[in-house]
Amino acid sequence: MINIEIDGKLVETEQGSTVMDAAHKAGVYIPHFCYHKKLSISANCRMCLVEVEKAPKPLPACATPAAEGMKVHTHSELAVKAQKGVMEFLLINHPLDCPICDQGGECELQDIAMGYGGGESRYAEEKRVVNPKQIGELISTNEMSRCIQCTRCVRFGQEIAGIMELGMANRTEHAQIMSFVNSSVDSELSGNMIDLCPVGALTSKPFRYTARSWELSRRKSVSPHDGLGSNLALHVKDNKVARVVPVENEAVNECWISDKDRFSYEGLNSPERLTRPMIKQDGKWVEVDWAPALEYVANGLRQIAGSAGAEHIAALATPHSTFEELYLLQKLLRGIGSGNVDYRLRQSDFSADGKQAGAPWLGMPVADINAADRFLVIGSFLRKDHPLLAQRIRQAVKQGAQANIVHAADDDLLMPVANKSIVAPDEMLNTLAQVLKALAAEKQAAVPAEIAAVTVGDAAIAIAKNLASGQQVAVLLGNFAQQHPQAAQIALLAEQIAALCAGRYGYLGEAANSVGAYLAGAVPFAGDVQGMNAAQMLAEPRKAYLLLNVEPELDMHNPQQAMSAMRAADMVVVMSAYKHHAMDYADVLLPVAPFSETSGTFVNTEGRAQSFKGAVKPLAEARPAWKVLRVLGNLLDVSGFDYDTSEAVRAEGLHTLSLDDKLGNRISGVAINIATESNGAGLQRVSDVPIYSADALVRRAASLQKTHDAAVPCVMLNGSQMQKLGVESGDAVKVSQGDASVQLTVQKNDSLPQGAVRVAAGHPATAALGAMFGIMSVERA
Amino acid sequence: MLSAHIQEQINRELKKYPVDQKQSAVMSALRFVQDEKGWISTDDMSDVAEFLGMAKMAVMEVATFYHMYNLKPMGKTTITVCTNLSCTLCGAEETVAHLKTRLGIGLGEVTADGKFGLREGECMGACKDAPLFTINNKRLCGRLSKEKIDQILAELDKS
Repeated sequence: MINIEIDGKLVETEQGSTVMDAAHKAGVYIPHFCYHKKLSISANCRMCLVEVEKAPKPLPACATPAAEGMKVHTHSELAVKAQKGVMEFLLINHPLDCPICDQGGECELQDIAMGYGGGESRYAEEKRVVNPKQIGELISTNEMSRCIQCTRCVRFGQEIAGIMELGMANRTEHAQIMSFVNSSVDSELSGNMIDLCPVGALTSKPFRYTARSWELSRRKSVSPHDGLGSNLALHVKDNKVARVVPVENEAVNECWISDKDRFSYEGLNSPERLTRPMIKQDGKWVEVDWAPALEYVANGLRQIAGSAGAEHIAALATPHSTFEELYLLQKLLRGIGSGNVDYRLRQSDFSADGKQAGAPWLGMPVADINAADRFLVIGSFLRKDHPLLAQRIRQAVKQGAQANIVHAADDDLLMPVANKSIVAPDEMLNTLAQVLKALAAEKQAAVPAEIAAVTVGDAAIAIAKNLASGQQVAVLLGNFAQQHPQAAQIALLAEQIAALCAGRYGYLGEAANSVGAYLAGAVPFAGDVQGMNAAQMLAEPRKAYLLLNVEPELDMHNPQQAMSAMRAADMVVVMSAYKHHAMDYADVLLPVAPFSETSGTFVNTEGRAQSFKGAVKPLAEARPAWKVLRVLGNLLDVSGFDYDTSEAVRAEGLHTLSLDDKLGNRISGVAINIATESNGAGLQRVSDVPIYSADALVRRAASLQKTHDAAVPCVMLNGSQMQKLGVESGDAVKVSQGDASVQLTVQKNDSLPQGAVRVAAGHPATAALGAMFGIMSVERA
Repeated sequence: MLSAHIQEQINRELKKYPVDQKQSAVMSALRFVQDEKGWISTDDMSDVAEFLGMAKMAVMEVATFYHMYNLKPMGKTTITVCTNLSCTLCGAEETVAHLKTRLGIGLGEVTADGKFGLREGECMGACKDAPLFTINNKRLCGRLSKEKIDQILAELDKS
C-alpha cells in the first residue's frame, strides 16, 4: 500500500494504482472523458490533468501511477488553468448546439464544460465537420462532428466486445471514428458504446429525438432475456418505455448490457400487442371483457376435466415468465388435478427428471467466472446465447485463463480458444467420454466402467491435459447441451470431468427465469400431483392447452409436433402480450403484461432472485399474468388463491431468502450409454436459436430485427457436403425434416463437422420443420 | 488476394516478431503492397488484416495514419515534395510550382498517362539538402533547382 495525499486528504492505495484510482478512494472527483474504469488507459483527452508537487507540469491523473508521499492538487491554480485550457481546446471543434443535441442534458462534456470550462471561447474560426457514417441500425453517427476522440468506443470494441469494429482513421485534425468501409457494427454488445460516448457523437438510433433526458423517469428492472438477469433502468415517458440502459451491478452485468437487453423495449410498444381479451366464436375473433373471457376459460377447463379427466389439461410456459406467474400456473394446474406443466420447451431429454439434486444452475456465482483459469464450454453458441457471460469468459481468457470447447459448431468466440473438438451432435457424448477418460489417465484416477470402451482421440487428450493443469476449472453446459437428446448423460460426464479436476460445473441458464421456473415448481415432477413433461404433452396430444407467453411454432423443441397438437386440441388458451400465430388455433387470447408492466421476480442462472416492480401501467386491457391466474384460480375454486400482491405469491413460493439448498446440478440414477460409432445415415441437424428470435419480446423489437444477427437463417453445410449435393453458397435448397420441408439459402461453413447441417430453430423461416436435433435431408431446390 | 511475392515478403518479415505478435508486421506488409501496386486499396487492407489475423479497422488505422501510404492510385512514380519550414525557406514553393507546370497536375493528382503523381509531404529529416522531394518514398533528391528537376524528370521519363 502507498500513502498519497489528494487535496489535503490522506489516502491509502494499492501499489500500481493510479492517481485517478486514489482520487476515487478519497472521494475526490477529477473530471475526465477518455478514462473508464473497465477500459485500458489511453490518456488522450487530457481533461484529468492535476498538479503533482515536484512535477514540473500538470500530469494526467488517469495515467500517473500513485507513488509514496505524492501530493496531488486537483483544484490548485495550475490544475484549474490546465483543465480550463484543455476544455477550451476540446470545445474548439465541438458544435455548441446542445439544445438540439440528443445527448443534451445527460452529456459529460456539457456537465464538465459547466464545471471546469471558461465562459466563452476565443476561437472564432471555422469548426471541423465530420460526415456521418452508416454503421447499422442501432447506433447513429449522424453527429460525428461532436466527437472529441476519446476512443472509448474503439477500446470497448477491442477489449470488451472482443472485436474492433470501430477505429480512428487518419490523424490530427482529420482523425475520425469510423468502421471499415462503412461496414455495420455487428457486435451483440455494441449498444454499450452509446453509453460510453461522453458526448452526442454515438447515439441510440431507435431512441433519437423521442425524448429529452429530463422528461424521463427512471425505473429499475431486470432483463427478461438471457439467464444472466442484467439489471436495467427503464426510462419511461408518457407511460411508455422510451429506452433501456444498464444499472451497474458488478456481480451480475458489471456496467454493461447486451443489445438484446437494450433494444428489445421496442417490442413492448409493438403494434402487435394484444390489448383486449378475445374469444373465437363461430370461427371469428371477438373482443370481449375480462369477466366473460375468464368465465369461458374456467368453464372450458371444468368441462374438459369433467369429461376427459384433468390429465387432459396441459400448461406450457416460457422461462421468460416471472416466478410468480409460473408458481401460480403450476399451482392452478395442480389445484385442478393435472401435473402437466413444464417450462423446458426446447429440452428433449427428460431422463434426469426427479433425479437431479435441485434446480439446474450455473454451479458458481457469475462473478467467479472471471476467477476461473480453465474453461470447458460444452455445446454453447456462447456469444449469441449469453453475450455478457461470454464477455466474462473473454476477460478471464485475457487474464491468462484458457478455454476449451466441445460443440457441434465452431462460431468465432472472439477470444483465443486453447483446444476445441467440433463434432456432430450424436458424437458429443462420446467426445466428452474421451475427455473424461484422458483426464482420468492424466490424474491417475480410475476410469469409470461405462466409458472404458471409448477410443481417446488427440483433441480429447489436449483438452484433458489443459483442464488437468488448471487450479480453478469451470465446466459449463450451454443451451445446445441442454437441448441435446442426451442432455442428462452429457451433464453427468461434465460433472465427472469437473470432479476429476476439482472444479465446478453448471448450466448456462437459457432464459431469465430458467432457475426460477424450476424453483416455482413449473415442472411435471414437482409437488404432489405429477404429470407429463413438455415433450410428452405434445407427443400424446392433450385436449386443452394453457400457453403462458409461448409461441409454439417458435419456442418448442419440435414445432411441427407442437403445432399439430395445438390444432387438434379442443381448447387452447393463450396468455400472451402479443397477437400471433395463435389466432389460427387458439380459442381464447388473454392479454397479459410483459415484464415492464408487472411486478415479479426472476431467478438468474447463479440463483440470484431479483424482484422488480412494474415500470409502466399495463397497456389498455392487458393485465399482469399473476393476477389473471389468481382470478382463474378463484373461478375454478382452487383453494389458496387469495393473493393481494405479487409479493405475497413470492413469499409463499420462495419462502427462504437463501436458495442455496434448492440449487443442485448433481444427477443420480441416470445410466451412461455411449454409442461408439455414429449411425451415419442422413445429415444431423445442428440448430441454434438466433439471438433475436429467442423470445416473444425480442422478435418484435423492430431495430434489432433489422440487424445482421436477425437475418433469415441460412442452411450451413461444409464444403465437401456441398460438393456431394452439387450446390454452391447462395443456392436455394430444400431442407426436409419429418413430413415438412422449407426452402432456404445454403452457405458454406467448413468448420461444421462431417454429416452435420446447421439450420436455426426459433425462426419463422424454419418453424415448419421438426425437432431441433435429428436427421434431415437437403436437396437442390 | 495478396500476391505470392507479397506473401513471401510478409512471411520473411514475420520472422522478426514473436509468433503471437503477427500484427507487428503490419507496416511492412502495407509497404510491400504499395511497392507492388503503387497504392493500397481497402481490399488490400482487408487482405493484410486477414493475413496477419488482425481487425480490418486496425489495418485501416495504420494505413490512414501514415502519410507515405498512398490511399488512391498515385501513378507509376510518385513525387512527394516536402513543404515544411526549412524546405519552404529554401524555395519549396518554386519546386511545387515548377513540378505543377511540368507535369500539368496539382498536388494530390496523377498525370493522365498514369506516369507521375504529385504529393505534398512532411519533413523528411534531410533539411541540409532543402528543398527536396522523394521519388516513390525511396529516392531522396535534394538541393533542387529547375534545371535539376528537369533533369530528374527526363531521367524518370526514360525509365
